[in-house]
Amino acid sequence: MKLATAKKLLPFALLVLGVVAPFALPTFLVQLTFLWIMIVFALCWDILGGQMGYNSFGNIAFFGIGVYTATIVQIGLYQDVAAYTAAAGMQTISLTPDQYFTGLFVGLAAAPLLAVAVAALLGFALLGLRGHYFAIATLGLGIAAGELAAAWTFIGGSSGVQVPVYPGSLESGRLLFYFLSAGLGVATLLTLRWLYTTRFGLAMNAIRDDEDKAEALGLRTTRYKVIAWCIGAVFLGLAGGLVGHIIGFIDPREVAFAGASFGVWMILMAILGGKGTLWGPVIGAVLFHAMRELFWTYLFGWQNVAMGVLIVIVVVFFPIGILGWLKRRYPQLFARDVPAASRGVVE
Amino acid sequence: MSALLEVREVSKRYGGVVANDKVSLTVGEGQIVGLIGPNGSGKTTLFNSIVGTHPIDCGSIRFDGREISHLRVPDIARLGLIRTFQQTRIFRQMTCLDNMIVSVPQGDASLRAMIARPAAEDRAHADELLAFVGLAGKRDLPAGSLSFGQQKLLEFAMALMNEPRLLLLDEPTAGINPTLINGLIERLKRARDQLGITLLVIEHNMRVVMNLAEHIYCLAHGEVLADGPPERVQNDPRVVAAYLGGH
Amino acid sequence: MDNLTLLIQAPSLNVQLLIDGVLIGAVFALAAYGLALVWGVMNIINVCQGEFVMLGGYVALYVARAGLNPFLGVPAAMVVLFVVGWLAYRLVIFRIVERDLFISLLATFGLSILLGQLMNLGFGANIETLDAHLGTWFLLGGTVTVAQVKVVALIVTLAIAALIVAFMRRSRLGQAIRATAQNARAARILGVDTDRVYATTYALNAAICGAAGALVAMIWTISPFSGLIYTVRSFMIVVLAGLGNLVGVIVAALGLGAAEQFVGFILGAQFQIAFIFLALVAILILRSWRLRRQRRYLV
Repeated sequence: MKLATAKKLLPFALLVLGVVAPFALPTFLVQLTFLWIMIVFALCWDILGGQMGYNSFGNIAFFGIGVYTATIVQIGLYQDVAAYTAAAGMQTISLTPDQYFTGLFVGLAAAPLLAVAVAALLGFALLGLRGHYFAIATLGLGIAAGELAAAWTFIGGSSGVQVPVYPGSLESGRLLFYFLSAGLGVATLLTLRWLYTTRFGLAMNAIRDDEDKAEALGLRTTRYKVIAWCIGAVFLGLAGGLVGHIIGFIDPREVAFAGASFGVWMILMAILGGKGTLWGPVIGAVLFHAMRELFWTYLFGWQNVAMGVLIVIVVVFFPIGILGWLKRRYPQLFARDVPAASRGVVE
Repeated sequence: MSALLEVREVSKRYGGVVANDKVSLTVGEGQIVGLIGPNGSGKTTLFNSIVGTHPIDCGSIRFDGREISHLRVPDIARLGLIRTFQQTRIFRQMTCLDNMIVSVPQGDASLRAMIARPAAEDRAHADELLAFVGLAGKRDLPAGSLSFGQQKLLEFAMALMNEPRLLLLDEPTAGINPTLINGLIERLKRARDQLGITLLVIEHNMRVVMNLAEHIYCLAHGEVLADGPPERVQNDPRVVAAYLGGH
Repeated sequence: MDNLTLLIQAPSLNVQLLIDGVLIGAVFALAAYGLALVWGVMNIINVCQGEFVMLGGYVALYVARAGLNPFLGVPAAMVVLFVVGWLAYRLVIFRIVERDLFISLLATFGLSILLGQLMNLGFGANIETLDAHLGTWFLLGGTVTVAQVKVVALIVTLAIAALIVAFMRRSRLGQAIRATAQNARAARILGVDTDRVYATTYALNAAICGAAGALVAMIWTISPFSGLIYTVRSFMIVVLAGLGNLVGVIVAALGLGAAEQFVGFILGAQFQIAFIFLALVAILILRSWRLRRQRRYLV
């Protein structure tokens, strides 16, 4: 099979793998679920970071918004949220299966909506800033969001929120969220694969290569930047909604706005795999997640230091990432057929 | 012949330096106008003022009768005023073809247009223009792999792709192999004759300017020193002095 | 908002907050100056600035715990951090100096994560502070308290600032640094060893942060992960003041210190951190809107 055809089928191969995996490796169900979430993380960071050249350190904010929104909406449909959060875990919620699933559905619909609304608002404010000013502004976003969430008693303050318990067996709950996460992962991949073939994708790359030149050709760059950020916010919001329910408990700083873990991993995975490509972030996510699950326990408390070292090494020594390295080492694997006419000579 | 571009008494200062001092010039529709002057005379600053890179301190700039001095770069570009850069700016990591596709005029600002796939006509047009500048063979190569001269040609092709009404070229022949310059002059003239594009060209190469332009403005020390048909300006003693002599 | 009415009713409270703010603001100014230095000379925004500050604080902490005069912590921190900065340059930073801003931002970001985690591992996650055993002054009939250690910190800050300014103006290396900041290529052609200039600049910045950190440990608190806030503060101050503007940095830093104190008092401590980050966003937006009218970008 030619490589070109293989590449077209890849997402569907991934889909098949995704469907089969939970039955082939049932003990790793939760880890596999998180693998899909990691893939979404990496892909979403890469939209702005890799394709458009705008470093965002604050994408975790949209994830966190999704985490809270999905749960609060689900609870709020049937109970008094303020009373529940004030009880700080003393009160338990039992929703009937009907209520749970309706709430989940509505919550998962609301999560990306709120995330996009915030992204649009912030985007128009911040995306007039160039490169590093934008990056540093986003640096504070994740933490500010976390601190504000921790101060807002309605959503639980620093004590967080207990997510409604899944009305069914642990097994079936995990399976459900696995497939939801896998579905989200594939949806993200297919959406971005399509997006990058459109004129929007070209415009993003143009902004990355030379923003002034793009403007000089008539591109209203701010609009593209905001829309790209919003697209990422949609998928991140959804991911947040799912993760909140998977973990079962929302802590503002450790789960929702977990800048030091999720927030940093988003960036690391995308660069490790190869930023600015479609599959680079996926590869990076798979590799990083596998590494974490397999080796982390051996590091005895040095995990986070190792991650810091990894970031520095990857960014400084290996910024083209795995896919970039493969392209250099085995360019023939990435060759495309070009029409005969274009093989003419320059005059 | 109507005036496409009217620059009236435009001044611009940077910090303490007056880069442009009450500069006035007119470019008629369909003309090829040259802008010459020694280094530091304010030519590129004037270009930057015209295309909206920075606001002007005073004066007016009218394009097709419409005041544009308060507009921003993308909006002025959408009106059909396109410029090329002295250092030659292209999108290095994208293929030449993609560089061209991105240069398609941004008329329709709707979301639908933004997310559409590149049209077949655009690809065909891009191929035509690439062939026009002699870069057909580089179509699928990253633009960054081209030589400097080839990048200049690509930038020119991208500008043409954007279907401008007025094209501001900042030293289009600088750094190009002398044997290729005739070809470039030829193409510039063809762009005007066949595509109806008006040209305003900054140039240092006197042979090119004399050959190409119908009307020339000479800037020195931020002011317009002389203007008129090439032969007259070329022999104007003030122009000669500005180039050869003191400051 | 009760606290707001309290402010209006008790003018001495305002004085208290102002003094506290100004005194801590002076230390912010040090860190901000260092950031501006590295930014101006090497075109690198040092995201691990705050971690250098925290590290300096820990050095001072251990100096005090060893039984020495806590103020010896300042020069000790400066020396240790100078070495750390030099090492960081030789191992990592020199590779990113003349590359694009994207990479340099991510690399220093990675360093900040790494240093934060190392400090956490080495020193524990607790918030620490240092007691300098100095007294308090009472002003305005006892309604305003000024911890003497804070005033001494201000004096130390001024002394260090004066030293740095003298170094930059008088010494050969200082001049080489300034030349490189203006035009690295020209400096190199003229025989300046730009690599050495960069190393010195970066290490010098680390030393300045170290001093700031030692002072912070004495007049406030330190912890492994509080570094980011200092980075953000420094960045804010530099953006407000502009890169070459030393007086502006001082004024902005003092203003920020005061503003933080007032916000912390009116809204409560938990909002103080959020305020800092949101203020950064607000400042950047305002700045860029103003520049947008002049059609310049924050570059």
